[in-house]
Amino acid sequence: MSDDSSPMIECRELQKYYGDYHALRGIDLSIREGEFFSLLGPSGCGKTTLLRVIAGFEDISAGAVLIDGRHMEDVPANRRPTNMVFQSYAIFPHLSVAENVAFGLRRDPRPKPEKAAMVEEALEMVGLRGYGGRAAHALSGGQRQRVALARALILKPKVLLLDEPLSALDRKMREQMQVELIKLQRQVGITFVLVTHDQEEALVMSDRIAVMFEGEIAQLDEPEALYARPASRRVADFIGVMNFLPARILDEADGRATADIPGLGVVDLPEGQISRADADDSGPMIGFRPETMTLLRPGQTSQQARETGAVIDEVVYYGDMTYYDLRLDGSARLDGKARTVRISMRNVFGRDVPCVGTAVRLAWSPGSLVLFR
Amino acid sequence: MAKRGMDAEARQGFTLIAPPFIYALAILAAPILTILSYSFLTDGYLEVVREFTLDNYRQVWTDPIVRTVMLRSLMVSALVTLVTVVLAFPVAYYVSFMVRPERKSMWLFLITIPFWTSYLIRVFLWKVILGYNGVINSSLTGLGIIDEPLTFILYNVNSIVLTLAHAYAPFAILPIFVALEKIDRSLLEAGRDLGENRLMTFWRVTLPLAMPGVIAAVLIVFIPTIGDYVTPELIGGGKIPMIANLIQVQMLALDNRPLGSALAVTAMLVVAVVSLLFLALNRRFLKVKQ
Repeated sequence: MSDDSSPMIECRELQKYYGDYHALRGIDLSIREGEFFSLLGPSGCGKTTLLRVIAGFEDISAGAVLIDGRHMEDVPANRRPTNMVFQSYAIFPHLSVAENVAFGLRRDPRPKPEKAAMVEEALEMVGLRGYGGRAAHALSGGQRQRVALARALILKPKVLLLDEPLSALDRKMREQMQVELIKLQRQVGITFVLVTHDQEEALVMSDRIAVMFEGEIAQLDEPEALYARPASRRVADFIGVMNFLPARILDEADGRATADIPGLGVVDLPEGQISRADADDSGPMIGFRPETMTLLRPGQTSQQARETGAVIDEVVYYGDMTYYDLRLDGSARLDGKARTVRISMRNVFGRDVPCVGTAVRLAWSPGSLVLFR
Repeated sequence: MAKRGMDAEARQGFTLIAPPFIYALAILAAPILTILSYSFLTDGYLEVVREFTLDNYRQVWTDPIVRTVMLRSLMVSALVTLVTVVLAFPVAYYVSFMVRPERKSMWLFLITIPFWTSYLIRVFLWKVILGYNGVINSSLTGLGIIDEPLTFILYNVNSIVLTLAHAYAPFAILPIFVALEKIDRSLLEAGRDLGENRLMTFWRVTLPLAMPGVIAAVLIVFIPTIGDYVTPELIGGGKIPMIANLIQVQMLALDNRPLGSALAVTAMLVVAVVSLLFLALNRRFLKVKQ
């Protein structure tokens, strides 16, 4: 990647063992200044370990961590230019909100009134103006989260580390905080590193995302690229919904491939649509997202290149959307097993949703397919 | 029709708690009331005259000997409390923070081992250790470090403090351990993350959060030690009486029950006042909110 400024965080060949357990397996990573970066993966993939390594709470077995160009090997957590928002928020229960926010200012040489003004300013930034005198234990989950943010940001760290900060909030609150965090990050311009297992959260908030499995980075990309061009079946499966159909490679030349897909027919795929990540035993697969295909009403035509017949197997109504599980005509052609795929359609107000058992037509274009070798 | 009196559930509850309640009343309240009423009666030498008087209290509150012994008891138990809690804290801290989780219950078990022998025997053993021909003196003379046995290690306040501090150690370790266990470990990481080193994190986070346990330890050690009878008798050699010894003398040796009762009630009041003062001070200065 061409970026002339030096990275804010750099991890080189990071290895971390807990006894025999290999938690981080050679992490190479560089995070730019001012970036909103996410570490995404299922639980136990090492994302939190990596965050704690950056914060200085975990030693590393091998490799190096650099923050703002400085080696962090001998720098303890309390001297690193990072601050963390903990998953449990870690609000000090014996201190008031203002005392919590001012905790890190003890060695700041500024006079008391100035510090008090800083605290008030930090609280205002997170929307908690006037809450300074409250007892910490009297706060709601969302408010605790904001106090934790104010407490970290008041120290103007170079990097703010967020360990699943939204996982304890209810859905409405979480969506609201996602937007607020993005705004806050733009406002303060600090590099944010977020750990999350929620792919939607990562897609909404991040400039770039590193998807981790079993202590390794499986793919590092911008959200759009990650969603549209997943590097492996596993990444594709983890991020959003992806349909998979077995494919037979008919021809391969100059990076292009021609594949025969039961139910969809023969398609020609350019290099950009072929993922060459470690193949698994299941053979070549074609993947596509539910929203890339369109269910046609009788008599309706589409600009999309191809059409396929199918029968509705299941209808899952979501209010704004409906998911249809479809059995593709001719999908059993290759190995005798009929396959269903999931298609999503935005509901149009006042129009009936087709019912189970209806024969329908699907419109799609080869440009939305990804071939996994 | 409106129900009158207790409903069935409440009646059942009262029936259930009645036996222990009556038992507690008989064992605790009745003796206290007896002592309280005795303290207002007149001593007729070897008998109690049923006449109301405040003379006993007048005597207790003006007698310089009582004052000396009372102050000594307070001083000794304060010292014992200080020593016990200061020594118990590192032990509790070690078990809570350093010992692996699966080993913690074993450590707690080990801490209770001294309780497998009776209190009296443990006190006796300290006499054996500290005595004129005791373990310490004979080892030191045997090694040629001292020429004649040390006499300042037995029959004085130091030895009383040492013995009581040992006897009450688990009572201090356990509540502090529980308080430390309750501390969310991420709070300590947050302290470090916000720029404080380990020592300052301990001072600003761990210690304030452990205070409820420390306060419990202080009260649990202070209240029984002030009335301790055996240790001053054996380890103090009877030369350094504490308030319990004085009460025993009045009650049994001199058979002056009214005066002994007044002493006992006074001691109880002093303990109550000191404990309440301590709690109030804590609330005021440490602001422990949990």
